[in-house]
Amino acid sequence: MAAIKRRHVSRYRLRKKGNTLLTHLALLVVAFAVASPIIFALIKSTQSTVQVFTYPPTFVIGTKAPENYSTAWNYYRLGQLMKNTFIIAFAVTIGKTFMSLLAALALVYFDFRFKWALFLFVLMTLMMPIPVRIVPLYDLVRSFGWGNTHWALIVPFLASATGVFLFRQHFMSIPSSLVDAARVDGVAPLRFLWQILVPMSMNTIGAMAVIQFVYIWNQYLWPLIIIASNEKQMIQIGLKLLTGSGAEGMLNWGVAMAGTIITMLPPLLIFLLLQEQFMRGFALSEEK
Amino acid sequence: MRSKFPSRWLPYVLLFPTLALCGLFLYYPVVQSFRLSTYRAILMGLHQKYVGLENYVRLFTSSDYLNSLKVTFIFAFGVVLIGLSISLAIALLANRKVRGARIYRIALIWPYALSPAVAGSIWLFLLNPTVGVVNYVLKELFGISPDWMSNGNLALLAVTMAAAWKNMGYNIVFFLAGLQNVPGEVLEAARVDGAGPWRTFWSVTFPMLSPTTFFLLIMNLIYAFFGGFGLISVMTEGGPAQATNILIYKLYQDAFRFQKWGTAAAQSVVLFIMVVALTLIQFRTTGRRVHYGGN
Repeated sequence: MAAIKRRHVSRYRLRKKGNTLLTHLALLVVAFAVASPIIFALIKSTQSTVQVFTYPPTFVIGTKAPENYSTAWNYYRLGQLMKNTFIIAFAVTIGKTFMSLLAALALVYFDFRFKWALFLFVLMTLMMPIPVRIVPLYDLVRSFGWGNTHWALIVPFLASATGVFLFRQHFMSIPSSLVDAARVDGVAPLRFLWQILVPMSMNTIGAMAVIQFVYIWNQYLWPLIIIASNEKQMIQIGLKLLTGSGAEGMLNWGVAMAGTIITMLPPLLIFLLLQEQFMRGFALSEEK
Repeated sequence: MRSKFPSRWLPYVLLFPTLALCGLFLYYPVVQSFRLSTYRAILMGLHQKYVGLENYVRLFTSSDYLNSLKVTFIFAFGVVLIGLSISLAIALLANRKVRGARIYRIALIWPYALSPAVAGSIWLFLLNPTVGVVNYVLKELFGISPDWMSNGNLALLAVTMAAAWKNMGYNIVFFLAGLQNVPGEVLEAARVDGAGPWRTFWSVTFPMLSPTTFFLLIMNLIYAFFGGFGLISVMTEGGPAQATNILIYKLYQDAFRFQKWGTAAAQSVVLFIMVVALTLIQFRTTGRRVHYGGN
């Protein structure tokens, strides 16, 4: 009986080993498939127009990488647009995180009237993406004299239902004995937030930073309509100018792909840098 | 009972910035959308005339708008079907306990950080009949070389594929989180009872995943309805002949190209009703989860 069982187990192990190898193989193939559009774009971003138009297509690194990237960066002004987008994305991400922390502090560590109603008031804004308010928002922002300015890209985005929700959820999972201890020690609420809650919330802050930075970096519709001058524009619109230039003649695909790679890199780097926090922050807010 | 700080006024001060900005930049414009949708600009936009529900009547009798609705539904259906099925298959694979599982996960979810415009630009290139790799493969294998962007159905297929690809990272993150909540003992029990992997998946894993799947269904619908703008703008601008003119792109055209504010506001209201309906369904069925958008 024992021998049979052992044999069964070892055969099971053997099969498992084969399975593991297959799993690795399958994962590698799938990861490559997911990345292949980007890999293709990356290769073509280094090729000259002649190399890009060669048939059958060549999949080797070309000779024009420096020229293509510098054309996208300088001639199509992606450098300037990237600077604008960085300023806006940082301002919004920091502002949103800060305001959401304050709001969540109020919602979790204080008792006051209309608490639930006010939380719901904030939460309901999740149902109000830009398109459902675009015409009045455009009028409103321009009536402040913010048309064609970076204020229009920052201030209307500072309130965050997602942030308030995530931080509230996280604060509620922190043991309440902490606030007792703080009160006994006479710690003021803002110091409590800054010195105790914030250091304990780094995963949530990281997740929040990724979500918001990626969201702002990838904005398209709003900057397209509210920003008129190219030197103040955000980078996604620059991408449109770059790929849309085909109408004026033959599109230089090498340059277009170089511009695409430039445009996608910053949010991708932020994501890779904070992916650990991002995953944990997500897992925390999953219902358990 | 959680103990609290005693102040009566401080919580309002802490909440004030968030509440004020929500009121000013979110609630107020939404309410204005409703109001504006009952007006029509006359005399070259100098005056506004109250027209009641006329804008809505015009909208739902306009063949362009009805076409846009149809296109949006096909697009959304495709994004959901392609996106969710492939993402689930990949998540199942990535959920296996192998060495380096973390690295594989990152290698599978990073497209989350891509923008719709970036996805559009890359797919525009991939599908280009002369320089793209897709037509090269199709030509070698089947001897065909379709002109994706000038055929309406193909263009719609192209934007759907690009949108589904871009959203896969997001789907995989949530499927993986959902799969980790499926208890290993249950799977083991199914295996001991002699259920094969296929059977185990359909009778154990899939039912236990259904809250996640449903949550993602709603989120993908919202993404298809609201997130596709950059992609359409870069790839097709709604063409050819309105074939990819999804609701949000049409709204942009009517509002900011043709200055039809009243009709545009009515379209905003229709979109608002859709997002409210989807969000309510999601809240009622999957409970406390919230979607991670930028709002």
